[in-house]
Amino acid sequence: MKFTFSWLKEHLDTRATLGEITEALTDLGLEVEEVSDPAAKLNSFTLAKVLEATPHPDADRLRVCRVLTDEGEKQIVCGAPNAREGITVVLAKPGDYVPGIDTTLAIGRIRGVESHGMMASERELELSDEHTGIIELASGEVGQKFTDWLAANAPEKIDPMIYIKITPNRPDALGVHGIARDLAARGLGVLKPVRETRILPAFPCPIKVSIDADVSDKAPFFSGRVVRGLRNGPSPEWLQKRLRAIGLRPINALVDITNFYTYDLNRPLHVFDAAKIEGDLTLRAARPGEQVVALDDKTYSLPEGCVVICDRNGPESIAGVMGGAVSGASDETTDVFIEAAYFDPISTAATGRALKINSDARYRFERGIDPNFTLHGLDLATQMVIDLCGGEASEVVTAGAIPDSDRAYRLDPARTTSLVGLDIPAVTQRATLSALGFRLEGDMAHVPSWRPDVLGEADLVEEIARIASLTRLEGKPMPRPQPGVPRPVLTPLQMREKAARRQAAALGYNECVTYSFIDEAAATLFGGGGDALRVDNPISSEMTHLRPDLLPGLLAAASRNQARGFADLALFEIGPVFTGGEPGEQATQLSGLLVGASAPRDPFGSRRKVDIYDARADAEAVLAAIGAPARAQVNRKLDGWWHPGRAGNIALGPNVLATFGEIHPRVLRAVDVKGPAVGFTIHIASIPFPKARTASRPALELLELQSVERDFAFVVDAQVEAMTLVNAAQGADKALIQSVSVFDQFTGLDDGRKSIAITARLQPRGKTLTDAEIEAVSRKIIDKVEKATGGTLRA
Amino acid sequence: MDDLTPLRQQWLDRIKSAADPAAIEDVRLAALGKKGEISLKMRELGRMSPEQRQTTGKALNALRDEIDTALRARKAALDDAALEARLAGEWLDVTLPGRPRPQGTIHPVSQVMDEVTAIFADMGFAVAEGPQVETDWYNFDALNIAPEHPARQEHDTFFMHRAPGDDRPPHVLRTHTSPVQIRAMQDQGAPIRVIAPGRVYRMDMDQTHTPMFHQIEGLAIDRDISMAQLKWTLEEFFSAFFGTRVKTRFRASHFPFTEPSAEVDIQCSWEGGTLKLGEGEGWLEVLGSGMVHPHVLRSGGIDPDAWQGFAFGMGIDRMAMLKYGIPDLRAFFESDLRWLRHFGFMPGDVPSVAGGLNR
Repeated sequence: MKFTFSWLKEHLDTRATLGEITEALTDLGLEVEEVSDPAAKLNSFTLAKVLEATPHPDADRLRVCRVLTDEGEKQIVCGAPNAREGITVVLAKPGDYVPGIDTTLAIGRIRGVESHGMMASERELELSDEHTGIIELASGEVGQKFTDWLAANAPEKIDPMIYIKITPNRPDALGVHGIARDLAARGLGVLKPVRETRILPAFPCPIKVSIDADVSDKAPFFSGRVVRGLRNGPSPEWLQKRLRAIGLRPINALVDITNFYTYDLNRPLHVFDAAKIEGDLTLRAARPGEQVVALDDKTYSLPEGCVVICDRNGPESIAGVMGGAVSGASDETTDVFIEAAYFDPISTAATGRALKINSDARYRFERGIDPNFTLHGLDLATQMVIDLCGGEASEVVTAGAIPDSDRAYRLDPARTTSLVGLDIPAVTQRATLSALGFRLEGDMAHVPSWRPDVLGEADLVEEIARIASLTRLEGKPMPRPQPGVPRPVLTPLQMREKAARRQAAALGYNECVTYSFIDEAAATLFGGGGDALRVDNPISSEMTHLRPDLLPGLLAAASRNQARGFADLALFEIGPVFTGGEPGEQATQLSGLLVGASAPRDPFGSRRKVDIYDARADAEAVLAAIGAPARAQVNRKLDGWWHPGRAGNIALGPNVLATFGEIHPRVLRAVDVKGPAVGFTIHIASIPFPKARTASRPALELLELQSVERDFAFVVDAQVEAMTLVNAAQGADKALIQSVSVFDQFTGLDDGRKSIAITARLQPRGKTLTDAEIEAVSRKIIDKVEKATGGTLRA
Repeated sequence: MDDLTPLRQQWLDRIKSAADPAAIEDVRLAALGKKGEISLKMRELGRMSPEQRQTTGKALNALRDEIDTALRARKAALDDAALEARLAGEWLDVTLPGRPRPQGTIHPVSQVMDEVTAIFADMGFAVAEGPQVETDWYNFDALNIAPEHPARQEHDTFFMHRAPGDDRPPHVLRTHTSPVQIRAMQDQGAPIRVIAPGRVYRMDMDQTHTPMFHQIEGLAIDRDISMAQLKWTLEEFFSAFFGTRVKTRFRASHFPFTEPSAEVDIQCSWEGGTLKLGEGEGWLEVLGSGMVHPHVLRSGGIDPDAWQGFAFGMGIDRMAMLKYGIPDLRAFFESDLRWLRHFGFMPGDVPSVAGGLNR
């Protein structure tokens, strides 16, 4: 919403400065986005008088002037044809910034003659495009500030423009009058009443109006009248200036009048060229296939059911949204039908949205204009039409009824104080509401018809609080719910997420935050991509589907980093993935991705390609950090984006806690990542929580007797898994064997088999083991492993 | 008894001239070994008279001790010399780097979420969560944003696909964290104090907007919570968060879910193009807030005649940008390694009220 300071003053009798007004507006909830004050850049300029102008000794077109200024006589060289003795001019001194030429003046020397300043043209001061000569003022004293002279003699030249952001609840502030009302309520002046006018009808209205019953909800009230015998044409200068100042293009007097009232009193109007209307006007629902050419010269196919204003030929105008081109007012128009109506906000919004028309009318109707002001607004517009274009007015025709907007809510001053925490006396609260147009009956406040947003007692509190000013609010401590040390507030799952994140970073991964939506192809590669996860209105083709997994986002990040020359990467993300399109069909994952080499080149040969055992170690470290049990099993029931032979799930029975391994080469190719690439994914919520939490640890068992280690090497088939050996060995004597681990592997045997070496740690209890006992356990281990693997003890 | 002086001198000379540990051992055996010269002499003591034995024994013992000490000293000296000689050859280039160890980082969004959580936890707020795919009821209607309300259009909502034949209104990607207010109130009732950080989505992408960003919602409901307490809470928060006393300015505004509503600015200065918070004459808009609308309380199953309180919502990414001088929002989600390293945080740098929240 834009308006000028002088326009505001037509509605508000005030002595407040521009600064006071704009500050108050923002504080009142009418946030000032922009103020352009033409006077601000003219502050340094003063008036001066040319005492004498003589030709320049070295230049025909220049004159050397003796100029009387507030600092005495100065010599100024000037090229303007009108620079002559006796005129009052606007002086810019050395050191002044001249906006129109973007220059800060200095004492100059022009063709050998010193010049102490300049006498400005209107263009040089950005007042207009006028540059045929310097400014000559008909009045003014030497030394007077130019801005003061302008304020007194030509205020329109420095009328500040104010642009405010209007929140959707304040349709009343879409007219200058409504803005003035807020300022008056704040105490920044007196609101001038809207002018009353009486039109004496000269003849009955030749155009009758009616509203079809099935649209009476959407278009409850329609009124208008004809003005005949007028002469359209350009509107007067003051009106054109006013519209231009707020960025509107003057069209012709009739259209300009409707635009003026739209902004002045938030009263959208429409004028039809009465000569182009066939028969009467009817408001009805648009029929299938109907079209209208609107004022923007575009043809619109009308959505079925939207309200149109029709004559005998069909739709002439889209109610509340935009008029039609055919019956629009032109310079040749002599008879008009002026329309003032009240249209329902919801249906106007729906029509505007369907047609993608953003007009001033739609903007206002969909927020809700003042229904009670309809006929008054029609009279004011009629009066201005007659004043500017001549002609005579008919009687008013109406259809439907003005909807009753009267409602009242109880004002509870104590409640206001309690909610806001600002002590506002009850009498002030009532005065505020009255100033805003509320009618108080006892403690009931009747809402003015221009405030459709006020729908309850809480809204009264808001009005009182914002007029009182929230800047006055003093903070008041809010003690903790319980005194003392605050209790922990994070859930176990939230704690787990934090621990997992910090652990992953501690392992050397850089945390990424990638978009929750990815492209369909990537989503499909990772088991998603279906319609359930599709965003209906994606912002780009890269962001069409909610991600089913974190790896595609990390892989895309890896690809981008590789393109920038970073080949070795360790990236992770923790965040939501989506299993379906219903609320709650999401889970928290942590994924890590290693690409390239494990380390930079160094003198120690640390650099090697990352492999799945890196991924596994990192996955297990994160699992350990979030309390996963150590004895999970590994299986190969893999999702399709993992390498089928080089990946595994870490699982508790059917419950998969994590997956680690190589990313499938086909996936890498599709996402344009150069391998090797290994990764892991942890399903944060799958890890079982301990049943009972106690801070106390189990007792530490420190056995006196030393343990004994025995090593075994077995030759087994290439695809026998180490875990099989370990489990078999461990099962040989559960009491005695404390642990079994793999310490060597050799895969290059001649027959294609491999050798795996394990070590078993035997922990004696009570008495030392004899050689015979150790031998017996060793034998059992060998038997068990050979039986489980079909392998043999290596000779 | 013989004079032991020459013997003593002879052995001390031999010890002195022994050039390595093996030579020392030879000397030791020759002098003090079972058949060593001094051992043999001591064996002769048995054949002496008691008087002779007394004087000679004493002298021999002293000699043995002296030679033993000299042997040990010489051995230690030789060991030292050998070690010195070895060390002289054991030189490594200490200017070579250590073995590489990867350095991971925490994303600024995570760090700031942890910071915010630490502060509000101290003030008694728990962390609530909710789904990112939301029903339009939770995202809009429950928050007093009716279907045709202009505010609803201003949200630039992403809609989820609806299968043909499914006539429910389409689900949305939550446009704000406010629906978590409703879910938290439904779950916990009043009194309640929660914050709800998380991802939100709007159809907007330009210099300063990304289609996904992060918000944190705050909600406090009790019998008599007022806007003055909202102001105090936010000032406490900002001061702790930015590590300097920060004043706020409340400006009247409008949000459908609060009444009265206020935009909150924090005090700042722009000196020489640098933003400084907590000083100066300027104000920077940072969040929206207000007293929870009765409609919203009812949506959450709370009686608005018995309970009241405040809510606020602010951008986490924006807070991170302000606090850590990060210029571009879009870079948050681009995972450029250089950016992650430059703006990331040390894994062990866990924010806490006790440790301070400024890094």
